[in-house]
Amino acid sequence: MAAPTDLRLPRYQREPEDANAPLDFAGYRSTTLRHPSQPLVLLPQMLTEVTGPLLGPGRLGELDNDLTRQHEGEPQGQRIIVTGRLLDGDGRPIRNSLVEIWQANAGGRYRHTGDRWPSPIDPNFSGLGRALTDDDGRYEFTTIKPGAYPWKNHDNAWRPAHIHFSVFGSAFTQRLVTQMYFPEDPLFSQDPIFNSIPDEKARQRMISRFNLERTVPEWALAFDFDIVVRGREQSVFEDEEDED
Amino acid sequence: MGELLTTPSQTVGPYLSIGLPWEDGPFVVPEGTEGAFWIRGTVTDGAGEVVPDALIETWQADPQGGFDHPDDPRGRSESGFRAFGRCPTDENGEYRILTLLPGVLPGEQGEQARHIDVSVFARGLLNRVVTRIYFEDQDNSGDAVLASVPAERRDTLVAKKTEDGYRFDVRLQGEGETVFFAL
Repeated sequence: MAAPTDLRLPRYQREPEDANAPLDFAGYRSTTLRHPSQPLVLLPQMLTEVTGPLLGPGRLGELDNDLTRQHEGEPQGQRIIVTGRLLDGDGRPIRNSLVEIWQANAGGRYRHTGDRWPSPIDPNFSGLGRALTDDDGRYEFTTIKPGAYPWKNHDNAWRPAHIHFSVFGSAFTQRLVTQMYFPEDPLFSQDPIFNSIPDEKARQRMISRFNLERTVPEWALAFDFDIVVRGREQSVFEDEEDED
Repeated sequence: MGELLTTPSQTVGPYLSIGLPWEDGPFVVPEGTEGAFWIRGTVTDGAGEVVPDALIETWQADPQGGFDHPDDPRGRSESGFRAFGRCPTDENGEYRILTLLPGVLPGEQGEQARHIDVSVFARGLLNRVVTRIYFEDQDNSGDAVLASVPAERRDTLVAKKTEDGYRFDVRLQGEGETVFFAL
């Protein structure tokens, strides 16, 4: 085994503080008893942190990326294609990588025993999808547009329509779970989860873009959503190489 | 290459169990694997209530200290070890992971004691929180990360021996709060 001094590991950039939500965010009530009250301890990025699960084939069934074809009939709602690229902060595509999504149905109801609001379950919609990125880092899902739904966070609270996304990147440092929103949702202004991100521009990076080009005539609308996970710091070593 | 800004994290919300659990998620190794043990624990909140809608993910070296990953400068391990575990908490806030003891690893300052990196996701967590599992019956004395943690809190990172493995509870807030790391 190499001596520690021989270990040349990539380093992942830390993110600006206002690009992510504070764990203690009073507007979102569930954070109150669940956020750590002690300061986080800085963890150096070593072998366990710069590696990570490379989950690809074998995690996927044939129809996992088409949420409209997982049952006997078709689900209710607006059929949409959601596509985008999984990239790191340096613009490098992350290939052959697992993307997991879950969402409410067209009426804003999740197929979950905890969701009891009076909007019907759709027997033809489970709301779970998985896909692999291709050589360009691109994934694609066919699904239906999820509905908004009420929750009890504050008086007359509604979540804007969203799809939950889970990606791994290629290192433990890059693991990300987020939510994809839809353009110009009138519910943004009252949603503490969306607004927990302090930087307005960072919030915009969670909103998909309508893409007329990608729509399928007589079939489906389309939305683009690129996901960017942390990039690497340029090392002195790489600088030296660039000069050659 | 142009620098891109990252996509912010959002909470997994209350319905993560639709999307994230896998049937074989808790099994880093199949049942019956020689040397396999269970890590079990309960996730609790600042009021001491159990958290029934959390997800624990684990990532670790194989027993020889290898990773099947291109960024390990020592070369890729070919042990076939999955190294990754994933388990939602149940209605009692409990999770379980069946795995093998990770190997000792080289670090920045001497060797790193045997450890597992952990991500915790839950409703009410706007970002994952990250912690590490160490093992009480292993030599943790030279570990620089553990040494960087205030002495009175180190205990929260050390899994306790049980009949079929170890216990590692996660306290998100309050008395005995688990040490969480910034990556």
